[in-house]
Amino acid sequence: MSQIHVTTKINGDTTEYLCDPEETLLDVLRDRLGLTGAKEGCGTGDCGACSVTVDGRLVCSCLMLGAEAEGREIDTIEGMADGEKLHPLQQKFLEHAALQCGICTPGILVAAKALLEKNPSPTEEETRYWLAGNLCRCTGYDKIIRAVMDAAEEMRRAS
Amino acid sequence: MVMVKIWGSLTSATDGQAEVEIEARTLKELLDGLSEKYPAIRPQLERGVSVSIDGRIYNDSWFQPINPDSEVVLLRRIVGG
Amino acid sequence: MPLDDHKAGDARQFKVVGTRPLRPDGIDKVTGRARFGADMNAPGMLIGRILRSPHAHARIRGIDTTKAEALPGVKAVVTRADFDAADDSVADIVDNCMAGEKALYDGHAVAAVAATSAAVARKALKLIAVDYEILPHVTDVDEAMKPGAPILHEGLSNETVPDGVSQNVSHRVEFGHGDVDAGFAKADRVLERSFKTAATHQGYIEPHACLATMGADGIADLWVCTQGHYMVRNTCAAILGIDQGKLRVTASEIGGGFGGKTTVFLEPVALALSRKANRPVKMVMTREEVLRATGPTASTSIDVKIGMNKDGKITAASAELRYQGGAYQGSPVDMGAMTAFAPYDLENVKTVGWDVVTNRPKQAAYRAPGAPMAAFAVESVVDELAKGFGLDPLDVRLKNAAREGTKSSYGPTFPAIGLEATLKAAKEHPHWTAPLGPNQGRGVACGFWFNFGGDTCVSLNITPDGTVTLTEGNPDIGGSRASMSMMAAEELGIPYDQVRTVIADTGSLGQNEVTDGSRVTFAVGLATIKAARNAKKVLCERAAMVWGIDPEAVVWEDGCARPAGENAGKFPPMSLKEVAAIAANTGGPIAGHFEVNAEGAGVSFATHMVDTEVDPETGAVKVVRYTVFQDAGKAVHPAYVEGQFQGGAAQGIGWALNEEYIYGKDGRLQNPGFLDYRIPVASDLPMIDTVILEIPNPGHPYGVRGVGETSIVPPLAAIANSVSAAAGVRMTDLPMSPPKVLAAIQKG
Repeated sequence: MSQIHVTTKINGDTTEYLCDPEETLLDVLRDRLGLTGAKEGCGTGDCGACSVTVDGRLVCSCLMLGAEAEGREIDTIEGMADGEKLHPLQQKFLEHAALQCGICTPGILVAAKALLEKNPSPTEEETRYWLAGNLCRCTGYDKIIRAVMDAAEEMRRAS
Repeated sequence: MVMVKIWGSLTSATDGQAEVEIEARTLKELLDGLSEKYPAIRPQLERGVSVSIDGRIYNDSWFQPINPDSEVVLLRRIVGG
Repeated sequence: MPLDDHKAGDARQFKVVGTRPLRPDGIDKVTGRARFGADMNAPGMLIGRILRSPHAHARIRGIDTTKAEALPGVKAVVTRADFDAADDSVADIVDNCMAGEKALYDGHAVAAVAATSAAVARKALKLIAVDYEILPHVTDVDEAMKPGAPILHEGLSNETVPDGVSQNVSHRVEFGHGDVDAGFAKADRVLERSFKTAATHQGYIEPHACLATMGADGIADLWVCTQGHYMVRNTCAAILGIDQGKLRVTASEIGGGFGGKTTVFLEPVALALSRKANRPVKMVMTREEVLRATGPTASTSIDVKIGMNKDGKITAASAELRYQGGAYQGSPVDMGAMTAFAPYDLENVKTVGWDVVTNRPKQAAYRAPGAPMAAFAVESVVDELAKGFGLDPLDVRLKNAAREGTKSSYGPTFPAIGLEATLKAAKEHPHWTAPLGPNQGRGVACGFWFNFGGDTCVSLNITPDGTVTLTEGNPDIGGSRASMSMMAAEELGIPYDQVRTVIADTGSLGQNEVTDGSRVTFAVGLATIKAARNAKKVLCERAAMVWGIDPEAVVWEDGCARPAGENAGKFPPMSLKEVAAIAANTGGPIAGHFEVNAEGAGVSFATHMVDTEVDPETGAVKVVRYTVFQDAGKAVHPAYVEGQFQGGAAQGIGWALNEEYIYGKDGRLQNPGFLDYRIPVASDLPMIDTVILEIPNPGHPYGVRGVGETSIVPPLAAIANSVSAAAGVRMTDLPMSPPKVLAAIQKG
């Protein structure tokens, strides 16, 4: 079985790689491209720890094949900060102590960013339902929701 | 001499007594003393116990001092998670 | 253990402790840079995978690995025969990591391979031929105790088990005092109820992962996500028959543990494969493996009997607890039996516990092991009795509450404790009197955990430019690095950001107890404070040298060495940076260290209050409001204390409403994935309000009590009591999933 050559854009950079047909995008990011921010928590699309966006759409990278990234734009947690300037979501997560072990944090940040790009003024309920696909076992979600809504407010004020 | 409280099911090893008297000034002397006076208690001591001295729990501190009027309670080994 | 110079309870004015600075590993974690267990690679590394039994109980007659070994790309294959150096102290652990005579549960490891890729490794597993003789199995705790139940280990029962009881019972334990029969005879009402709880998993989002490199000379390095890399070192050394000093273990960042990562599963196997292949071996579990073959907590069957008078006074209480801990002895029934009645001041109390084995994975600790199930049963009965008499459930608990001087139900007399404070805070909180909507009900419950200390080493080193590196040995699972830096900064009188806390590998410090038992802020904090005080002594000595005065005449205050008084002399203060700058001139580098077995931890009590809404058509239960009241002794970083309260409550909510291990008739786990093992998601929960009480623990210089575990103890009962108020049904079987609640509503 020969490998597939893929050309894609990751965090704005044109990227090429070879992958096996059955390799997921998550495997490619972690094992071939050194982008270990996306995590495998379940491998079945149930935990959201592998969240990335593909052409702006929130996706579980464990449910997508590496080969399917051809010609697309992938955004991962590694592209969220602008150099040393953290995204407001990242900053608010730190200020609100919205992480304990931090394993779900990359996935939740990617998902929250996708939410705010779609809906800059989500209610608490909308935020909770949007993030229902991202499991967190440490925090009980309280400080996460507060951080997301606080970031949303700051981003609205800045725009 | 120190009074040591023994938990219910372990009293079978101390002739049915829920409270026994042992000559001891430290935790190790206490455990050694129990072992000598009540050989039937040895398997449990070998499996491990925690000891409460005046309300504080000790697992391994051999030379933790025990006063004659200290409250000493033998406990199952306590494990956290 | 000498206490602080200040008496605990003195209003010490803290400058750093009690504030909320940003955590030092924060940027790494919000940018994806932080390296967890599976985020490490090594040149030339192989991928390891495990072959697991598909049978719940089977004798292993033989394993033929020749075809797997011959597959191109396979560099090593191991079975139990490769672990013959293991010493007796780890017999059960070895057997659990790699089956010997029998496969004891669905998912039990029977062989492992290391190959050049995951695909080759998976192929190799299929080529291993295992000759199983399938045996009858048992997965239910009560079934396993019956005569005629399939036996897992002949001769397991010890001297505490009466004759005639099943050999699946490893031991029996009993606690209590007084005369329960006399107490029951005095009661206006005696209520007996039986309860069952299903097994649950800690549910950490990060699967177990490690990278092992071991040479034929026994020298090895291991990268692993764990709650205790010293435990991993010591256990793997015992299993592989090498000296502890030969194995250096580095703890990665850890994606959750809650007790489930306080033991080993993959690690000895990865090391054995690496030794055989002479190459690094990386092993990562799938979610299915985590649920099937790591350490869920016990499923239980509990009978509770409580006698109460119409004024609310409890006259006697007894409980019998039957816990199954999987295929090996060691369920947390002892601790369940000890904690069950801990919140109460009782004249007559008796608890009996039975430890039972079944064909399920070997249990591991889960946040206050054994306590949540016992509290569920006891707090439900107290609630039902109180309601039956028309009494306020908080008042009933206040009436019977354990206090300083109470002889606890498990033996020792309590020193100063915070239970009453949490109950009073609960009564005064607006949640208690907030109006409820249709189909809504309110429930309360109390909980307790011991907490502990254990072996701890801290080394505090001052750099030439006067910044501080704090080296400790406890993986940070909840933000503890921030708290350690805060305590060091507090002691030295310097800004928080001048201290960097590093969790060093096992080569750097002697021994550290696992991050568990709610011990880190207490024990590592205590050692940090003592290490800082030792460093201050040295700093003062150096200043004394420069000033030409007696070191006794120098004090450390507000971040500077100062002459102790008028008579010592007039010298301008020397800051930490100034003393550090002349370290080489005055004797050498400056450091303070402290090693201790930190015993004397303080217990932590909590009261939880929850409102639920029960849908009468589906039986679905929604949590609409939740408040945690818990005693923290002293909250070093309040945001992380709140985080522990909220996280424990969320796990308890999942345990109460949705989570359970479901075994089929074939003894196989039916739901080894996050879709069907349903943990709470963001849309399931409301905000979780927290109230931190501070009744100082005299055993810690700042009064710190452990907080991480107690918060999972009350939720199961609080929710059951709330559902009872909302829907008029008393749920005695966890989880209270919709079909069960609906059936109860329709029956009633």
